[in-house]
Amino acid sequence: MNDESDDSMEHIVEKLRITFKEEAYELLAELEAALLELEGSPTASEPINRAFRVLHTIKGSSGMCAFDDISSFAHEIETYFDLVRKGEIAVTRESIDLTILASDQLTSLFDAIYRDGTADRERTEQIVALFKKQTSGKKRTGTFSIPRGVALAQDIQHGQAERQEARELPEQRQGAGALSSIRVATGKLDSLVNLVGELVTVQARLSQTALTLGNSALQSISEEVERLTADLRDNTMSIRMLPIGTTFSKFKRVVRDLSAELGKEIELTTDGAGTELDKTVIEKLGDPLVHIIRNSIDHGIERPGERVAAGKPRKGTIHLSALHSGAQVLIRVQDDGAGLAAETIRAEAIERGLLRADAEITEQELWQFILAPGFSTAKQVTGISGRGVGMDVVKKSIDAIHGVLEISSEKGAGTTITLKLPFTLAIIDGFLTKLGADSYIFPLPLVEECVELTRDNAFSKGGRHLINVRGRIVPYIRLREQFAINGEAPLIEQIVITNVDGRRVGLVVDTVVGQHQTVLKSLGTFYRDVEGISGATLLGDGTVALILDIPKLVSMAEQRREVCV
Amino acid sequence: MAAIMEATQYLTFKLDDEVFALDIGKVREVLDFTSITKVPKTPEFMRGVINLRGSVVPVVDLRLKFGMTRTEQLAHTCIIIVEVAVDGETTVLGALTDSVQEVLDLGPDHIQPAPKIGTRLNTEFIKGMGKQNDHFIIILDIDKVFSIDELALVQAVENKDEERRDP
Repeated sequence: MNDESDDSMEHIVEKLRITFKEEAYELLAELEAALLELEGSPTASEPINRAFRVLHTIKGSSGMCAFDDISSFAHEIETYFDLVRKGEIAVTRESIDLTILASDQLTSLFDAIYRDGTADRERTEQIVALFKKQTSGKKRTGTFSIPRGVALAQDIQHGQAERQEARELPEQRQGAGALSSIRVATGKLDSLVNLVGELVTVQARLSQTALTLGNSALQSISEEVERLTADLRDNTMSIRMLPIGTTFSKFKRVVRDLSAELGKEIELTTDGAGTELDKTVIEKLGDPLVHIIRNSIDHGIERPGERVAAGKPRKGTIHLSALHSGAQVLIRVQDDGAGLAAETIRAEAIERGLLRADAEITEQELWQFILAPGFSTAKQVTGISGRGVGMDVVKKSIDAIHGVLEISSEKGAGTTITLKLPFTLAIIDGFLTKLGADSYIFPLPLVEECVELTRDNAFSKGGRHLINVRGRIVPYIRLREQFAINGEAPLIEQIVITNVDGRRVGLVVDTVVGQHQTVLKSLGTFYRDVEGISGATLLGDGTVALILDIPKLVSMAEQRREVCV
Repeated sequence: MAAIMEATQYLTFKLDDEVFALDIGKVREVLDFTSITKVPKTPEFMRGVINLRGSVVPVVDLRLKFGMTRTEQLAHTCIIIVEVAVDGETTVLGALTDSVQEVLDLGPDHIQPAPKIGTRLNTEFIKGMGKQNDHFIIILDIDKVFSIDELALVQAVENKDEERRDP
């Protein structure tokens, strides 16, 4: 072969390697999911076949990319699964542990190539030796050879054929109606979303102008554009939607490893894996959910002995579910453990000076303390939790994605943590108000109603502002005071009643404008520490409006004892 | 402070009667004064945010930042949009100034190191002193001017909170 084609061959392999990167990690995730499924039901044939297929694809594709060590390693595991598939070897607890070990090793081998990780080659050999022990005495299927160095053209063709074959199988599984898809760089999607965001802003301006000019021809065009923009927006947003199930398998692994480490028996069940959420929301949800699940494993679920003594099944259950509810997605982590220890939390809160010893509060309010920074009731710091970092970080991450965190717990029956999240972080429904010269936006899902603030219905008690709304007393915050806005307030002010974690709190503004499609913009690095403002948006006239962080504003007022809710 | 070795172009602008300069490489564009939305509970020199063709960009009042009186909107008031490196990331930011003067070539021999004393500015902010005719031009190290701000922003807000809580 001459030099020129040699060059191009290297080029082809290089390109293949780049293309294979994402697929490799997808395959690894699928492998792990199959193995965990197999662990749950060791006799099922479906996960065995799936693991075999995935390994076969990894072997073939790695061979094409000239990742010889990965290819031959995958071959060893594949051989094992082939024998299992044919019923020559039975699946045992040890062999599943071994395959999971091998899948981790595969991941680190790929990390060494794609993600600057390091791989321990000796470990590969050790694992291979263990597999050989499993398969020894059985007939080994087929021979395996991959040329050293750069793959040759026919190998690539062969590999592609193999890949094709392996790929067709899962597609058949999905049925004839399976949709075709293309892979798009996220950067392209992000800029598309940005453009749509700008279009929404310009469209708002167009509607406003058309209305002011009173030209009916222009108005009908503007309405048409409005409809198209709304469709375009919804379609664009739906492109970014991913089923949350992709992250669920990660949690299965967390539960498996941690429960083994702590000597607990826990099963993770999931529901609603198909629920779709914006990609960015899903990405930001991973860590908080891991925290919550770790807490359930460590503090929630009791040891098998304790559970049996309490008349509960030996095996604890953590149920992870996702479902749509109006314009929100509810994600629930429910465990059937011991529940939160009200007395311990109360004592800890009093000790920390967060609560007066004689204070009377509901359980619901008591649970809020576990979200306080540094709050921990764990008597012992374990490797998993108890350091008091955790729930406050979870709360912060959920706030950052405009979500709401709710806790409910029953002694002896378990704890449920519910996350209410918006579908997307790009555009939200907002409620536009004015305060002095500037505009402020309330996230619409938190707004319940608006009432006028008059002398008759408002009063102060012990430095707290209260208002009587149809017989119910609602505390309120004067945003003018909170934000130190200069100038006179109008004679009649408006109170926007919001619902924060199940409590009604009013916020006083000058005037109420109405609903507003809010394209979320970050305030950037310089304003990231500003409290009470979560972002900004652009109005139809080109000016900037600020988005209120209602839960933060309420908790800030609580700290100043202006509002006691 | 790294010595300035090569001839560079600078954009000069005025705050009060003093002439300042910025490395032109840091400047993106110059805008007329536009309406600025104040972000509550932030220091006064952080004037707020503006809409720069769909992006939300913070604006800093350089006069206030440097201990002068607040910038009033006059015919020549403008916002210089600069790119600064904050924590290793490039951030776009507006600097409110009284007027923009000109683009100036300054060779290394026309630039002297910043004086240690005799200036009301924090000398950390000064890259050097340029000389044009008989006037001195303060060449700003814009990355430094805005890197320290971050801390200033947080502290200022906390202090305000303290004051308000005390009575």
